[in-house]
Amino acid sequence: MAPLTSVPFDVAPFRFSGTVYGTLLNHRDALDALGASIHEAPYKAPPKSVVLYLKPRNTLAGPGDVVAVPSDAPELELGPSLGLVIGRTTCRVSEAQALDHVAGCVIVADIGVPHASFYRPQVRFKARDGFCPIGPRVVGLADLGDLGQLGIRVHVDGQLVHESSTAGWIRSPARLLAEVTDFMTLAPGDVLMTGVPHGAPRVRAGQRSVVEIKGLGRLENRFVAMAEAEP
Amino acid sequence: MKRARVAYAGAVHEATPHHDAGGARLRLADGRIVAEDAVVWLPPFEVGTVVALGLNYADHAKELAFNAQQEPLVFLKGPGALIGHRGQTRRPADATFMHYECELAVVIGRTARQVSRADAMDHVAGYTVANDYAIRDYLENWYRPNLRVKNRDTGTVLGPWLVDAGDIDAPPALDLRTLVNGVVTQRGNTRDLVFDIPFLIEYLSGFMTLAPGDVILTGTPEGVVDVRPGDEVVCEIDGIGRLVNTIVDDAVFGRA
Repeated sequence: MAPLTSVPFDVAPFRFSGTVYGTLLNHRDALDALGASIHEAPYKAPPKSVVLYLKPRNTLAGPGDVVAVPSDAPELELGPSLGLVIGRTTCRVSEAQALDHVAGCVIVADIGVPHASFYRPQVRFKARDGFCPIGPRVVGLADLGDLGQLGIRVHVDGQLVHESSTAGWIRSPARLLAEVTDFMTLAPGDVLMTGVPHGAPRVRAGQRSVVEIKGLGRLENRFVAMAEAEP
Repeated sequence: MKRARVAYAGAVHEATPHHDAGGARLRLADGRIVAEDAVVWLPPFEVGTVVALGLNYADHAKELAFNAQQEPLVFLKGPGALIGHRGQTRRPADATFMHYECELAVVIGRTARQVSRADAMDHVAGYTVANDYAIRDYLENWYRPNLRVKNRDTGTVLGPWLVDAGDIDAPPALDLRTLVNGVVTQRGNTRDLVFDIPFLIEYLSGFMTLAPGDVILTGTPEGVVDVRPGDEVVCEIDGIGRLVNTIVDDAVFGRA
């Protein structure tokens, strides 16, 4: 499993490590959508620290790859996220210096089996093979401008089904890196997703998705029923 | 056969146990015989995805007031948390309850995709000991257990040895224990796993392809206690190894 060799990039570290972390509920609209429930059981309180999850190496996929829809899930959710590609070892960075450690950004499609609870979702909702397409390319920070002002669009079978932007983050990329790397060192080639906006669109077997983030290109994938995806 | 990965004299080596009149030492693959404390012990194999089980011993689940489950509680860990035998694990100054978890770690040796229970053990390369620390102060009710509790730098200790699967009767029924400063604080036996190793491989490989180097930390029994800077924590599993770790404070890591 050579992760993402089809997504080369020309800024250091020039390749992905294969480690990809997601950030939960980092868009204000996604947290707001939970309403008062964030104070109720099982959560009892809104998240205080940054909440992360892992997309393991079996989930990694590239542009154009086919994603298998499991037979027990009629639909999948496709969460578009801006991914920060770590350029050099990042440990206990200050917010002011955090972005100096980022090589660039890339589109990540965070795919999951829809689930209502954020308490202790089963790993099988998020960690199936192919559930983390990344691409089509890594763009250096110098070419991107303000990371907090990038438009995000998702098309399914040519129809625009979701439109949002990176505005409205609870934690900016710099803030995220400062908090995360206080307890967890990120290595060159690691990817940290900055979060998925509210209302991730749904996709079914037989459909094609395109995730666009301004300046980062288009990440296209195709969804097929599990039986068709069998080797 | 059991093997370690160690750094010595400018390179990383595979090492095997060596016993002679000089006591227990290590034999590097190139023939050098060295003392166990002359090397830096690394996790004993190239670690891929780390899959961990919560509450997989009935007694520990009871200890933490959980009811029996229908499905394993699985979480994932990143590579940055890993350290080897004789390493140091940081306890942050603001923590009030940081505990070890002695666990049998099952290392995958052959790609496993939709493997049946009957065939599961064919995909196991071997075993090692894991000590998977948690800091309960940081537990929040979002994507439990959140990574700040369970995926901290230096928080997951693996080693000393990778023991070949063929050397251990399957499924393993091995006594395990943890000693803090020489006093036994945790005891269990791997036969008491709620979800046993063949089940876990069948379950996990049903939705995610397991690759060589992936490792399943099978959970810990009851008997977790708070550990403090200066404590020596030893996790032992009979036939697999004796994994030593020391708790250190923030100052060691240059934090005020």
